[in-house]
Amino acid sequence: MAEEQNGRTNLDADHSVCVEVRHLWKVFGARAHEIARDPELRHASKEEILKQTGCVVGLRDVSFEVRRGEFFVLMGLSGSGKSTLIRCIIRLADPTAGSVIVNGEDITGFDDARLAELRRHTTGMVFQHFGLLPHRSVLDNVAYGLKVRGVPVEERHDRARVYIEKVGLKGWENYLPAALSGGMQQRVGIARALTGDPEILLLDEPFSGLDPLIRRQMQDELLDLQAELRKTLLFVTHDLHEALKVGDRIAIMRDGEIIQIGTPEEVITNPSDSYVRQFVQDASPTKVLTARTVMEQPPILLYSWQGPKAALQTLRDANVDSAFVVTRRARLLGMVTVEGLVRLIRKRGTSLKDALDPDFVTCGADSVVEDLIPLVASTRYPVAVIDDEDRFLGEVYVGTIIASMIQERGEDEEQGTGEDAATVSEEAAAVDARPTDNSGTGEGALP
Amino acid sequence: MSEFPSFLRIPVGDWIDSLVSWIVANLGSVLDVIGDALLAVLVAMERLLLWIPWFVVVGAVAFVAWYAIRKWWAAPVMAVFLLIIGMFGYWDLAMMTLALIFAAVILSLAIGIPTGIFMAQSDRFASLLRPILDGMQTMPSFVYLIPALMFFGLGKVPAVFATIIYAVPPVIRLTNVGIRGVSQSVIEAAQAFGATSKQILFEVQLPLAFPSIMVGINQTTMMALAMVVIASMIGARGLGMEVLLSINRIEVGRGFEAGLSIVLLAILIDRITHAFASRQQYSQPGG
Repeated sequence: MAEEQNGRTNLDADHSVCVEVRHLWKVFGARAHEIARDPELRHASKEEILKQTGCVVGLRDVSFEVRRGEFFVLMGLSGSGKSTLIRCIIRLADPTAGSVIVNGEDITGFDDARLAELRRHTTGMVFQHFGLLPHRSVLDNVAYGLKVRGVPVEERHDRARVYIEKVGLKGWENYLPAALSGGMQQRVGIARALTGDPEILLLDEPFSGLDPLIRRQMQDELLDLQAELRKTLLFVTHDLHEALKVGDRIAIMRDGEIIQIGTPEEVITNPSDSYVRQFVQDASPTKVLTARTVMEQPPILLYSWQGPKAALQTLRDANVDSAFVVTRRARLLGMVTVEGLVRLIRKRGTSLKDALDPDFVTCGADSVVEDLIPLVASTRYPVAVIDDEDRFLGEVYVGTIIASMIQERGEDEEQGTGEDAATVSEEAAAVDARPTDNSGTGEGALP
Repeated sequence: MSEFPSFLRIPVGDWIDSLVSWIVANLGSVLDVIGDALLAVLVAMERLLLWIPWFVVVGAVAFVAWYAIRKWWAAPVMAVFLLIIGMFGYWDLAMMTLALIFAAVILSLAIGIPTGIFMAQSDRFASLLRPILDGMQTMPSFVYLIPALMFFGLGKVPAVFATIIYAVPPVIRLTNVGIRGVSQSVIEAAQAFGATSKQILFEVQLPLAFPSIMVGINQTTMMALAMVVIASMIGARGLGMEVLLSINRIEVGRGFEAGLSIVLLAILIDRITHAFASRQQYSQPGG
């Protein structure tokens, strides 16, 4: 309780939180207000509440925070309350209890004027069914938010044109929405939401009505826009793949409650209960796991100041045929192989820098496994994982990738049957052999 | 025993009688004000239509017909209809009838559209109003012709009054239906961008309900036209009066000419307003 009282002041100090939802309830029915207050009903099941009071619980004690500039996804099946929740954030639906704090102000107490102000200047929303004005042109639709604000027609059309171009609809300004395909209509919806230059963008299943190909394209475009504009995004979807692809963090909802919040990787690697796990089973780990998660530490690392003979001896002792060379500050210089070192010694060279192998591949720490596969396949040596400043983090090779995928499966199955787990880990261990002298063979094992 | 018990009789008729006499006795000045207002609109309308030269009217109708219907035959056919009425010798009477219809329709819309909007916004008002509208449409019009006569005396004013009562329900109903039929997703989107309920009404609901409202206007106009003959019984001059006179005098030919003129006028008004209604259809996105 103490935390609740201090919450306001803490929040004011913390400018990184943009939207905060605290203990939010939405109950439909005549006796809605009793439920959140009643200590017994609060914890009763949905069915029990319906039986006792005739009320339907839409949201039950939901709390979460969205940081400024974050891409936050609310995911759940239909009826999980995700659309109600996003509507509560700008009071298109009025919460029954709890608070919604936007930029430090509790909007549940706002009167109509302040609410209109919030909706006009702070937020923009994109809808599943587009919600375009069918009797207005694309240009007028995109400029609609500005019209509501009372911006003069010239100015609002100028600003609308900028965003129409941004979403790739230049040339369609004067068409009616009905002349556009679904994907294009949703671009109009996105442009309309962006034209008011809101801080917060709310997207309620924006791509659910589109066919898969267009959906993927729109997701990519949204990510590009987000990279450019850096809004705070709340995105509702029922599609886990979509959530994993676009979200910085994902909140998974069921029956009006949030049952897990985490990054895509956390959700995939550590599903909080069987409901989330069921969702996750459908998702392919290759699209989610990153190099940072699957990478391993190499048995040896060479340092740039080491002599070639010592280096060769280290490689032979460790029974490997290549190693990465780093500087004193762990900056990756390159890779040397046994052959390279032997050649260097014959030429009486002294610096490892002269033996660096050109066949040397790196990847960023955040690349997903799906993108690593072609890299790994392109070389017979491990791929180095580096961070933004070229520091060496670890290595990835065919075995690590396969092992990571099998482990994912294995964990799922372990929870399911509990029997095959042992064999699966053995399998994983068997594959988890480093490519040594007989490297190259690993490539054939790729799916 | 087989007869309905007489003690159960409710003297509603007596109550209505005393109500009407009370209104006539006590609200005379109010009725006069209303009557004068109706008359002012009507006379202005009639003067305007009779002042405009006939060829200008024909030309204007032809242009409006072409603009609304957008078919090559629309302008000539509609112009010929008007010319036929003129050739029957009924130009002035037709203009008087049109003036009566226009006045009644304008007043019906002024009453009906706001009422329909209010009906769409309040379920309680809608359920209250619906039986009243049913009554207005099904009650034989002679029934309220008599009190209209008592309130406003003989002539055009009671005719307009009775016509409004008869013609206003469709525009109320269709305004209500049109506004209620506006896709919730569009309204929600407007709300999400901070539109006030007034902005939503004028920029979203009314424009999208417009096709439906136009159908209401079309029906209201047609019903007003149907009242013309009946209204002539209380002394409204026009084509209806001609029909009535020829019935009384058993002049079949004259009655046919007047009747045909009414039919031509009806077709003309119907096609033009109908075309306006159907031209404004927007395909609404799903949801």
